[in-house]
Amino acid sequence: MTIRHHLSDPILLSYSAGELPEAFSLVVATHLSMCDECRARAGAFDAIGGNVIEHCMAEMADSAMDAAMARITGLPVGAKPAIAPRGDAGLPGPLVDYIGGGLESVKWRSLGMGVRHAVLPTEKGATARLLYIPAGQAMPDHGHGGTELTLVLRGAFMDGDARFAAGDLEIADESTNHTPVADAGDDCICLVAADAKLRFSGLIPRLAQPFFRI
Amino acid sequence: MIMMFEANLGDKWDAPSSGPPYGATFLETGKHQDAMVVTTEETDWAALLMRVRDRQDRVAFAALFRHFAPRIKGFLIKSGASPSLAEECAQEVMAVLWQKAHLFDPARASVATWVFTIARNRRIDALRKSRRPEPEDLPWGPEPEPDQAEALEMQQETERLGEALARLPEKQRTLIERAYFGDLSHSEIAAETGLPLGTIKSRIRLALDRLRHHMS
Repeated sequence: MTIRHHLSDPILLSYSAGELPEAFSLVVATHLSMCDECRARAGAFDAIGGNVIEHCMAEMADSAMDAAMARITGLPVGAKPAIAPRGDAGLPGPLVDYIGGGLESVKWRSLGMGVRHAVLPTEKGATARLLYIPAGQAMPDHGHGGTELTLVLRGAFMDGDARFAAGDLEIADESTNHTPVADAGDDCICLVAADAKLRFSGLIPRLAQPFFRI
Repeated sequence: MIMMFEANLGDKWDAPSSGPPYGATFLETGKHQDAMVVTTEETDWAALLMRVRDRQDRVAFAALFRHFAPRIKGFLIKSGASPSLAEECAQEVMAVLWQKAHLFDPARASVATWVFTIARNRRIDALRKSRRPEPEDLPWGPEPEPDQAEALEMQQETERLGEALARLPEKQRTLIERAYFGDLSHSEIAAETGLPLGTIKSRIRLALDRLRHHMS
């Protein structure tokens, strides 16, 4: 899998700082599970967090050390894990957690024209959904009030001149009016997070030049 | 970078120090100097955490606690927690560090970075009452330990990142800190680009490639 469309720095920074709505974090975590390049970038943003915390300081209570020692007494230290079974459900782990299984467990609802969706349970304020687009089918043209992340899980779609295949992530915002069209060969399944209020306004010039890494 | 740790300590630890905030070492208060000699390099934290992992070493844990608990508490207060909640959460974060020491990979992160991720997740849980899905774990391959040289290079890269961040204009550094305290809007965050992350990212990427190689 060669991933060509990646997460942006502002989104990775927000994820690292712990400030993304749950629905967006789900898309980010799913992409990171598929993309070591972005996982490494996320690790770099966490390293900034490590630097920030090194420069914080507030004195602990006098009894803190005794309390800590009492707390860990009897707490087991975990054993080194064996190689965990991976990909049993054929989907990245974070997504399996939210679906409660693999794609066969998804409860789809029809949107017409063969397009189906399933909303995943996340906190209010932003929504996460799976989207199923039959091969060759166009999604209805839609604009956005805020930021929308679309991660391809199966198949591929074209949006304008850009092609998005498994693992690729499209970032759209209020300036984007886009019409994804699924490739003719395969049905396309995507994970989409949207929030009318979430605006990374600095993204607009970035969108004009989708960047290609790897 | 060599750590000497000559302890005849039994179960003793001493009271938390209130030493200087930056680069403070846990020995400067003096109480332990008879018991152990430890260099002050950043790498010590990784070595201490390995002692917690391998031997459930309470002295090593106490040293980590003295350094990191006040920093976690400070981080949480700046993130909007009350002092009492921050104190409680700092305790919980340190207990997680004890329990999950086996998951720490010194080739991919410094101890401070790892502590930050645990503290951040605790904050999301306790303050925002929210969830943050995490990427799939990359479990250890058959290789028993990450390469020592890799761990050392990670530490050096972390130091270089710290120096690069210290050279940023004060205004930008403050903005970055505010982002991590959860105090910036998303559009303000979008303006924070051009951070000096290229080399540490490459270092982490190499460690991931090694893991993938051993998993396949």
